[in-house]
Amino acid sequence: MKTLKWISVGACALAPAVALGTTLETVQSRDSVRCGVNAAQPGFSSLDDNDTYRGLDTDVCRAIAAAALGDAGKVDFVPLDSVERFTALQSGEVDVLSRTTTWTVSRDTTQGMHFTGVSYYDGQTFMVASDLGVQSAEELDGAAVCTQSGTTSELNLSDYFRINGMSYDAVVFDSPEQSIAGFEAGRCDVLSSDASQLYAQRMQLADPNMAVILPEIISKEPLGPAVRQGDDQWFNIVKWSLFAMLNAEELGVSSSNIDEHADSDNPDIARLLGQDGNFGEGMGLNADWAYQIVKQVGNYAEMFDRNVGADSNVKIARGLNALWKDGGIQYAPPIR
Amino acid sequence: MSVRPNARPAGHKPPFWRDRAKRALVFQLLLTAAVAVFLFYIVGNVQDNLSARGITTGFGFLNNTAGFGIVQSLIDYSSQDTYGRTFLVGLLNTLLVGGLGVIAATLIGFIVGIARLSPNWLLARLATAYIETFRNIPLLLQIFFWYFAVLRTLPSARDSMAFGEVIFLNVRGLYLPEPLFESGFGLIPAAFIVAIVASIALCVWNKRRQEATGKRIPAGWISLALIMGLPLLITVATGVPITWDVPELRGFNFRGGFTVIPEFLALWMALSIYTAAFIAEIVRSGIQAISHGQTEAAQALSLPRNLVLRLVVIPQALRVIIPPLTSQYLNLIKNSSLATAIGYPDLVSVFAGTTLNQTGQAIEVIAMTMAVYLTISLLVSMFMNWFNARVALVER
Repeated sequence: MKTLKWISVGACALAPAVALGTTLETVQSRDSVRCGVNAAQPGFSSLDDNDTYRGLDTDVCRAIAAAALGDAGKVDFVPLDSVERFTALQSGEVDVLSRTTTWTVSRDTTQGMHFTGVSYYDGQTFMVASDLGVQSAEELDGAAVCTQSGTTSELNLSDYFRINGMSYDAVVFDSPEQSIAGFEAGRCDVLSSDASQLYAQRMQLADPNMAVILPEIISKEPLGPAVRQGDDQWFNIVKWSLFAMLNAEELGVSSSNIDEHADSDNPDIARLLGQDGNFGEGMGLNADWAYQIVKQVGNYAEMFDRNVGADSNVKIARGLNALWKDGGIQYAPPIR
Repeated sequence: MSVRPNARPAGHKPPFWRDRAKRALVFQLLLTAAVAVFLFYIVGNVQDNLSARGITTGFGFLNNTAGFGIVQSLIDYSSQDTYGRTFLVGLLNTLLVGGLGVIAATLIGFIVGIARLSPNWLLARLATAYIETFRNIPLLLQIFFWYFAVLRTLPSARDSMAFGEVIFLNVRGLYLPEPLFESGFGLIPAAFIVAIVASIALCVWNKRRQEATGKRIPAGWISLALIMGLPLLITVATGVPITWDVPELRGFNFRGGFTVIPEFLALWMALSIYTAAFIAEIVRSGIQAISHGQTEAAQALSLPRNLVLRLVVIPQALRVIIPPLTSQYLNLIKNSSLATAIGYPDLVSVFAGTTLNQTGQAIEVIAMTMAVYLTISLLVSMFMNWFNARVALVER
C-alpha cells in the first residue's frame, strides 16, 4: 500500500498544468494573449510591410488583448495551418483561435472547443478561369477542383457535386498559397473556398481578370473565434469583446469620437464605456474593458472597412455582415 | 552410491543479492514495472485530460461517413464511404508510390553507380554530376520543382500532347488507354506463368549441363523470347480478348481510360531521382571495396568485362551494398510522406491530414499513422536482412 501511495504522489507531481489557474490568469501572468491565426490570408491575417499581422481575425485578437490586458499590442500571433489549428487550441498552445474557422456542431461538441460568436458571415463558392466561359456552378461537371485540406470546403464540395449529380476530381493542398499556385498552373479548372478568401486570392493572381468568381454560394460559413471548453470566464471575455465592437458600431461610437462621449447622456453608451455600472467585473476585467477595445482597435465597422471593406484592396461589400438595422444579420446582445 | 561433489555445502546458499543472475532478474523486473507504471500513467493522464476538455476519444470514428473526395484511389472509394476506408485508400497510395519508387531508385542507382566507375570519361563525369546535383538539393524543393516547374510547361487539357491519338499528356496528368478484359482472358496470365516456370527450368538445366560438359546455350535469350512470346501467341490465338478504353476529351477533361495524376508523377520522379543518387554512391563504394586483384585475376582468365562484373565483382559487392541500401529504401518510403505538400493523396495527406482534421481525433489518427510507417519499415528491414543473410551465405 505504501508503494501505491508513493506512485500516486509521483503521478500528481507529474500531472501537467491543466487545471492550474484560469486562462485569464495565465494570460495576465504572461502579459500577452496567444492567438492562433492564418499565416497568410489577405484581409483576415497576413503580414504587412513592417512584419505586423493585419486583418480582421488579428484585430479580433487585439480586441481581446485590449479587454484582458488593457493593451491591444500585447498579442503573440501564432500562425497555424488548417490541419494544426484545433490541436494547437486543444493543447493550450494558443488561448484563442481566430483563424477563419467555420462554426459547426461537431467542432463545438466533440472537438473540445466552443465558438464564441461570428466575426464574419461567409459562404463557399467557386473561382474559375475566365476563358472557360463558365457562368454557373451547375456547368462544372467533371471539373478538377483545387481546395484546402481539412476545411469544411472539402466536405461541402463533395455534398454539392453529389446532390447535383455531377462528378469532380478533388486536388487537395495543405495551404492557400499552394492551392492558388495549382490553380494558376492550370492543375485545376476551379478553386473552391470561402468567398472572402477567393476575393483575396483573386487579387493575388498575376492578372486578376483571368479568373471570375461564380455567383452561387453553396454553404453557410459562419467564421468566428473559438476557445477551449471548460473556462466560462475566458469564453465570456472573448465573446463579449466581439459584441462590444458590434454594440459600439450600433451606438455610433468609434475610435476617433470615443472621447467625445466621455460623459454621455445616452445610457447605452455610458454602460458600454463603463461610466455607468461595472460590467467588466463579472469577467474579471476592469470597468473600461470595452472603452479600451473601441479606443485601441475600433468598432466593428472600422475593423471591417480597414481590413476587407471599402478601405482595403479586397473591397468586399458589408452584405450579411452589415448590422441588423442596416439589412445585415450582425446582431449583438445588449450590454446591461 | 557415490557422493555427488558439491561446491557449496547444503544450507549455506548465499543470499539472493549476492547471486548475479538473481540480482539481474530483480533489476529487470523493477525496470519493467517502472515502464509499465509510466505507460499506465501516461495513458490515464491523456484520457483524463481529453475527457476534461470535452474531446471524444476511441476508434468509433472509423465507421463514420467521411464525406470528402480523394483524387486517386486503388480501391473503390466515394465520399459516402467511411473514415476507415480513407485509411485504406491512403495506405495503398503510400505503398504504391513507395514500391514503385524503390524499384525505380534501385534501377537508376545501379546504372548511375556503375556508370560512375566507367572508363568512359564522359559517362563517368555525367554520373558524377547527376549524383552531386540531386544528392545536395533538399528533397522537398525537388518535389516542388517537378510539380510546379514541370507542371507549368505542360499544355492545358484542350491542347494536350497526343501520342498516336490514344495517349494524352497535359497539365491534368497522363491519360492512357485502359484494357478491358473479356472472357477467355485468363489464359494469357496462365501462359505467362508457364513461360516463367519453363524459363527457370531451362536456366537450371543449362547450368547443370555447363558444369557437366562445359557447353552452354544462350538460355537468357531463349527465356526472354519464351516469356514475351508465349502470352503473345495465346493472345493472338484466342482472338485478342482485350478491348481498349481510349480516353476522350469531353467537357473539361478527358474521360475514360486510365489517368496517372501529375502529383503521383512528380512525387515518384522526385523520390526515385533523389534516392537513386544515394544508391549510386552506395553501389560505387560497394564495387570499389572489392580488391582490384580480384578484377585483374578475372581478366587474366580472359573473362569479358560484363562477366567480370556479374560473376566476380557484384556478388561480393552486394554484401557491402545491401545494409546501407536498406536504409535508403526506408528513407524513400518515409520521405513519401512529403506528398502532402503537393496534394498527392498518401496516408499522411488523406488520413493524418483531412481525416484528422474532420474528426479532431489527433491522438488516434497519428498513432495509427505512426504504426503504419513503423510496420512498413520493419517489414522492409526484415526482408532485406533475410536477403542479406542469403547473399552472405553464398560467399566463398
